[in-house]
Amino acid sequence: MTAITAARAPVATPAPAAPTVPAISLEGVSKTFRSGRETVTAVGKLDLTIEAGEFFSLLGPSGCGKTTTMRMIAGFEDATSGVVRLDGKDVTSVAPNHRDVNMVFQSYALFPHLTVADNVAFGLKRKRVPAAEVKQRVADMLELVELAGHAKRKPGQLSGGQQQRVALARALVNRPRALLLDEPLAALDLKLRQAMQLELKRIQREVGITFVYVTHDQGEALTMSDRIAVMNGGYVAQLGTPAEIYERPASRFVAEFIGTSNLLPGTVTDASSEGSTVRLGCGADLRIGETLDAGEAVDVTVRPEKIRIGTAEPDPASSRVPGTVADAVYLGSATHYTVRLADGTEIVVFRQNADDVTADAIAAPGSPVWLSWHPTHSYVLPENSGPTDATQGSHHRA
Amino acid sequence: MRRKLAPYLLALPAWAWLAMFFVVPLAGMASLSLTSGNVITGFSQTFNIGNYLTAIDTYGEQIARSLFYGLSATLICIAIGYPAAYWIAFKGGRHKSTYLLLLLLPFFVSFVLRTISWKFTLSDNGIVLGTLKQIGVLPADFGVLNTAPAVILGLAYNFLPFMVLPIYAVLERMDHGVVEAAHDLYASRVQAFVRVVLPISLPGVFAGGLMTFIPTTADYVNASVLGGTGNTMIGSIIQTQYLVNNAYPIASAITFVLMGVLLLGIFSYARALGTERVMEVQAK
Repeated sequence: MTAITAARAPVATPAPAAPTVPAISLEGVSKTFRSGRETVTAVGKLDLTIEAGEFFSLLGPSGCGKTTTMRMIAGFEDATSGVVRLDGKDVTSVAPNHRDVNMVFQSYALFPHLTVADNVAFGLKRKRVPAAEVKQRVADMLELVELAGHAKRKPGQLSGGQQQRVALARALVNRPRALLLDEPLAALDLKLRQAMQLELKRIQREVGITFVYVTHDQGEALTMSDRIAVMNGGYVAQLGTPAEIYERPASRFVAEFIGTSNLLPGTVTDASSEGSTVRLGCGADLRIGETLDAGEAVDVTVRPEKIRIGTAEPDPASSRVPGTVADAVYLGSATHYTVRLADGTEIVVFRQNADDVTADAIAAPGSPVWLSWHPTHSYVLPENSGPTDATQGSHHRA
Repeated sequence: MRRKLAPYLLALPAWAWLAMFFVVPLAGMASLSLTSGNVITGFSQTFNIGNYLTAIDTYGEQIARSLFYGLSATLICIAIGYPAAYWIAFKGGRHKSTYLLLLLLPFFVSFVLRTISWKFTLSDNGIVLGTLKQIGVLPADFGVLNTAPAVILGLAYNFLPFMVLPIYAVLERMDHGVVEAAHDLYASRVQAFVRVVLPISLPGVFAGGLMTFIPTTADYVNASVLGGTGNTMIGSIIQTQYLVNNAYPIASAITFVLMGVLLLGIFSYARALGTERVMEVQAK
């Protein structure tokens, strides 16, 4: 997992003030496919509201239904049931060429026989916009995506990143009600992808158009989105701001899919309305905010960057466990430790290298250490949320 | 040094082949086309331009007819072949190779045999016409055989795969996402085809056009088997002059005239379609 990207999740961005009519709303939308004699549910009874001007991401592993959802908004797939609304208008049975949304395709799908300028002008010409206006808007758009000098080239003569920006310009120039982006950065290398993430966010702020962004890359979704819908098995596993989803995953699936999570198996020994005590396999007791049933076997979750690692015994008021360093990977700005507890459970800890660590005793594997964190940073997750049981476990990325 | 030479050495057999079986005979034929004499007294080089004048003067009609037949057959091949190629490439799913095989299956039978079987199919009382006459759709004296349409249909039938395969290759290779992209950008189905799919597939039509037009124009089997006396194509004339009359100089001259006309046709065709653009898309 790209834990580093996840670790620099932005602080909760307040979602834009909700106008009266959402840009896109899906009401009980589902999609089933026939595969031989079997019926496969790609998307099941989805209710989703995307506000105007929002940068909204559909995030999930492949096969989770995110692309099908987007294609139903674009009109390339007919919903098996439910209603798709754009600006409050029912467009469920409207053809793609009559929907006021545009799409950026994963393969870009640029027209190879047309120049960059003609690619960008394609939609405006179909809408019979006057020639002078087409010329002006195409020029402005190429300016916005920094391709003004390449108007006369063919897509085949451009680099991957440039083609990506042509695809973006070709869709945005039509000033759609919403822009749908289907893993648009997947084909770019890491550095370019990171640059384009910021670029996309800048463009979105500049044009103020609703972006719906499909991706399987949690780092990408956390970096750019106002809100994220994490999807799994055709359902939304969690909907919220990047910070909400990262800090308070609603289910084990979300916790494992977004960033890195430590799962500590234990048994509930004591429970009251204020919280519960969980005895871990190594013998340590942890206080948990949730009210659980005594005797229940649970996994306690804690994020690696919330854990402090040190040789001194921590404050007994904090959650703490002793262990030994199994592995330490020095990454420059941070060090990633793997710490083994008495019962063999391994915990991953990210530690920022704020001080000089060249003579650090805990850097050596085998050294005894204390792990501690604030009690609110560990919690017990429900096994699942929503009707995703059947697909749980098989999808999470390790 | 060796490494630099290797590609040339590898191409050597091909060059030798071309030189031996194309350049040398072509030069020989060019020389032959300017000789006088006959097969008994022998031919002597007299730079006799008259052979060409005779060729154009006497056989201009057949050359024009051949071009017309070739062009008609090519157009029919486009009309039938393009939709077939489109359907296989876009709707063939995982059975694409099966459909292509079905398309090619008749071509495992010899060219001449296939043409002769067309003769049976099209004969006045054959399966098609005989049945249609029996149920009264066609008058009893209706016939197709020994007419221009019979020859053109035969040519189109025999060369159809040469049109389908190049078009299929281009359609299969193109990113099918562009069709969705066109719809997404407000193009109707017709607009998406005319503005996007057709222009992208033009190189295939161009290649298919060449591969059908040239051999159909020069063909002599279809005209001999299906055409009868009034529909002789230039291929038959060349064959008769060479093999029956042994009039080698005149036969060579006709051959060169035909080549010249075909080259002229190809260049103007490439011009019309815009070769540069066509080649560029193909290179993509």
